Amino acid sequence: MIEPSMHDRRAEQRLFLIRAMVAGVFVLACLLVVVHRLVSLQVERHEHFSTLSQDNRVRVEPLPPTRGLIYDANGILLADNYATFSLEIVPEKVEDLDALIAELSGLIPVADKDLKRFATLRKQRRRYEGIAIRTNLTQEEVARIAVNNHRFPGAGVRAELVRYYPLGEHTAHVLGYVGRINEEELQRVDVSAYRGTNYIGKSGVEKAHEEALHGRVGHQQVEVNAKGRVLRVLQSRAPAPGQDLHLYLDIRLQQDAAEALGERRGAIVAIDPRTGGVLAMVSRPSFDPNLFVEGISQADYQALLQSPDKPLYDRAIRGQYPPGSTIKQFVALGGLASGAVSFRKAKYCPGFYQLPGHDHKYRDWKRGGHGSVAMELAIAQSCDVYFYDLANDMGIDRLHRFLADFGFGAPTGVDVAGELGGLLPSREWKRRARNQPWYPGETLIVGIGQGYFLATPLQLAVATATMATRGRFIQPRVVRATRAPGSELLTETPIVTHQVAGYNPRDWDDVIRAMAAVVETDRGTAKRIRTPAYRIAGKTGTSQLFTIGQKERYREDQVDERLRDHALFVAFAPAEDPRIAVAVIVENGGSGGATAAPVARQVLDSYLLGEMRLASDIDGPAGATDDR
Amino acid sequence: MTGRSGPSALAPGAKAGPGILGRLHVDLPLLFGLLLLCGYGLLVLASATDQDPDKLDRQLIRIGIAFAVMLVVAQVPLVQLRRWAFPLYFAGLAMLVAVEVVGDIGKGAQRWLDFGVLRFQPSELVKLAVPMALAAFLARRPLPPRWWGILGTALMTVVPVLLIARQPDLGTALLVAGGGAMVLFLAGLSWRLIAALGVAGAAFLPVLWHLMLPYQRQRVLTFLDPSSDPLGSGYHIIQSQIAIGSGGLYGKGWLNGTQSHLEFLPERSTDFIFAVLGEEFGLLGILALLAIYLFIILRGLAIAAQAPDAFGRLLGGGVTLVFFIYLFVNTGMVTGLLPVVGVPLPLVSYGGTSLVTIMAGFGILMSIHTRKKLPPG
Repeated sequence: MIEPSMHDRRAEQRLFLIRAMVAGVFVLACLLVVVHRLVSLQVERHEHFSTLSQDNRVRVEPLPPTRGLIYDANGILLADNYATFSLEIVPEKVEDLDALIAELSGLIPVADKDLKRFATLRKQRRRYEGIAIRTNLTQEEVARIAVNNHRFPGAGVRAELVRYYPLGEHTAHVLGYVGRINEEELQRVDVSAYRGTNYIGKSGVEKAHEEALHGRVGHQQVEVNAKGRVLRVLQSRAPAPGQDLHLYLDIRLQQDAAEALGERRGAIVAIDPRTGGVLAMVSRPSFDPNLFVEGISQADYQALLQSPDKPLYDRAIRGQYPPGSTIKQFVALGGLASGAVSFRKAKYCPGFYQLPGHDHKYRDWKRGGHGSVAMELAIAQSCDVYFYDLANDMGIDRLHRFLADFGFGAPTGVDVAGELGGLLPSREWKRRARNQPWYPGETLIVGIGQGYFLATPLQLAVATATMATRGRFIQPRVVRATRAPGSELLTETPIVTHQVAGYNPRDWDDVIRAMAAVVETDRGTAKRIRTPAYRIAGKTGTSQLFTIGQKERYREDQVDERLRDHALFVAFAPAEDPRIAVAVIVENGGSGGATAAPVARQVLDSYLLGEMRLASDIDGPAGATDDR
Repeated sequence: MTGRSGPSALAPGAKAGPGILGRLHVDLPLLFGLLLLCGYGLLVLASATDQDPDKLDRQLIRIGIAFAVMLVVAQVPLVQLRRWAFPLYFAGLAMLVAVEVVGDIGKGAQRWLDFGVLRFQPSELVKLAVPMALAAFLARRPLPPRWWGILGTALMTVVPVLLIARQPDLGTALLVAGGGAMVLFLAGLSWRLIAALGVAGAAFLPVLWHLMLPYQRQRVLTFLDPSSDPLGSGYHIIQSQIAIGSGGLYGKGWLNGTQSHLEFLPERSTDFIFAVLGEEFGLLGILALLAIYLFIILRGLAIAAQAPDAFGRLLGGGVTLVFFIYLFVNTGMVTGLLPVVGVPLPLVSYGGTSLVTIMAGFGILMSIHTRKKLPPG
């Protein structure tokens, strides 16, 4: 066995004792290294790790606010929110996505288009964001999922409020619509205010009043585990719902105005001249805004985009048309104010006008001419030669200044997104835009609302309202008041107004009397819409899209339908105490008196009398001069 | 309890009195330390398992079995242990080879040999058999060992270590290799040679890198920079450091650790239970735990130093230092000082196999202690 005699027991014992002591010291040293490390972690960097641990545990979740509702002038709901349920999957939390989707489709129907949309969204969103595999779940489907929810980690039903426009195409342009926030909008908005919000106003009032409608996002701090499951709510701040909007817009008038236009392309803007409130704002044809809320299908969108009638185009605020003769009353007022003409001074109209030293004949719409006409008749009959001469006497600079007084050439500032400002030409503009000097002949054309001159239907309505109030210019508003959530108190939106200066009270009276003559006298171009119920002051207009040669005649039947003249009419009523100012344009409608004026009359009837007569019933005494 | 008498608990100067504990060959201070440690461990485990009664019951039974094994081993005379050393060693080697051939693949590593109801890890047996065989081998000749003794010891260590590392089980291989090295060190390996081995070891590191499996290399890389893969292989290290660091000086309180209870901390009842302790009981709680460990280790070394012969000294010291290696590798890993190696926190981590082995080791220590007065064989 072993030979103990070979061992020096004492030496070996001493050797071991030393080694054991060294080992003990080594153990102690190693433990001190660990303790040093612990002190570094738990004392020196404690705060750092506390924060990290807190960040692990606590997640701040946004609570999106409820979007404000929109009501018309009579409290009729125009924009509503309704709850929909969708089934969402968070890809990050799912191990086998295909298997999960296969299982889910055993529970509820999942169509190919759902899968396609899911695949598309999956590429766009981050892995921890929920993506809807099905939207618009029925109550029964929601229940079926709820019962089986434990089988599908990473999938869950999400309730969401979705915008709905009960009146559909009648409010499509003026209200606009909301849609899913896109990348570009994310750049523009305060991202923290939109956490948890999926929708944003894309156009119209929805866009212009986005801030009020959206509300303020709330937050809740929740405790989550490592799998991201919410265990409890630690603290929360409720969201503040968006404000409700109450409009000046009268949806009944809006619908009647749309009906008055019928299948024709065009726009109608009606304004209450006393408040600047937009009573109706119609652009035809229209579209169903509800298609856009959840994301329009490519096919539907292409159809809308490619339609030659351009239904998406808001003619009321973006349609820039030559205003034609509908601006003659403003030129006339400018002429009186500038002293270039007096109300009773007659000019002779031979049917054309020539600048001294020029051959070119500027023609009147009436081939034989109007003979000797003073201002009242010139407006009533829309004599072009009278206004060629007046414009020439005033010159482009003064013309520009007086027309600018009525808001031409600049956006009105209406609270509807996307408004365009038209074009009021001037010497300075032409030099800047065209790098050309101003020619005197162009002044004449501006005097009858043609040439470079462009105005939107809204601008015409605002200018007409300004005329009706004898120079009280009011910025048009669609929203009359806002109401804070949970409050009965309406906060009126302020009326922004200024008095147009420099006009003589008698001049206003004279021009308005001339406008009344357009309808109320037998020589007026719109006498056919005369009614015993109230007096109308108006002005017809026919704007040319198509320039004809010096020797040719305009023959409607020979011109392509989409190049025919636009028919325009502006009016306010009752003439002595105006409660409504209206501008009507019927694209390619032919003459203003024959086409646009009856539409305006229907709108006035609807508003002032509460009922709308059929267009065929509106036919006053006919005459030879009813055309322009 | 009254059988104890001595100036210090660490100095086993007391005779194994005629008391019941003495007759059972139990060293009271060591038993006290072990019970304290297991009790403390159960408290932490209760939190780490979310007070799962099933798991706690199972662990309690395992602890019971482990203490029983310790008691049984304590009854075995040193001479007997010395006789069994080589047979056990070769049996262990044979089983390692068997695992290599028919081993059940569990947890991605061929560590288990299935004995029906109970799965047995041959490497656990080897953890004890290697120090025993080395002690027996070295004790045959005068100490410090000569070159052939050193070579023989090295060979006897390297063979099982390589077999275990192939399984692959880096943690156990490390513990077995560490055990061999500790025995050799205690036997009196010359300081010059230790220094030379240190240099050679450092030179060998690149070779070792090439020998490592991809996942082992990944662990080393992750250790060097956990943030390079925060959700992958770095996740364990980052989350355990957050747990410990956020515990601060006093901890978040028992059952109040958010890192552990909200499941951010992986393997929190097994290899990373130290982080649960750090989070809930803070630095003070950890210092208390380390004090218990230190007491047990120093007590073990003291027992070994008073063993009746070289075999007893080397075996007792080796077993004690292996216990320390467990502790250091685990705490080093959890605190981010060392790469992640699958080594449990001894007597605290949930799980049975290493528990039994460790307690058998303490049984050997108790056997050594209570027989120190016997004349050498």
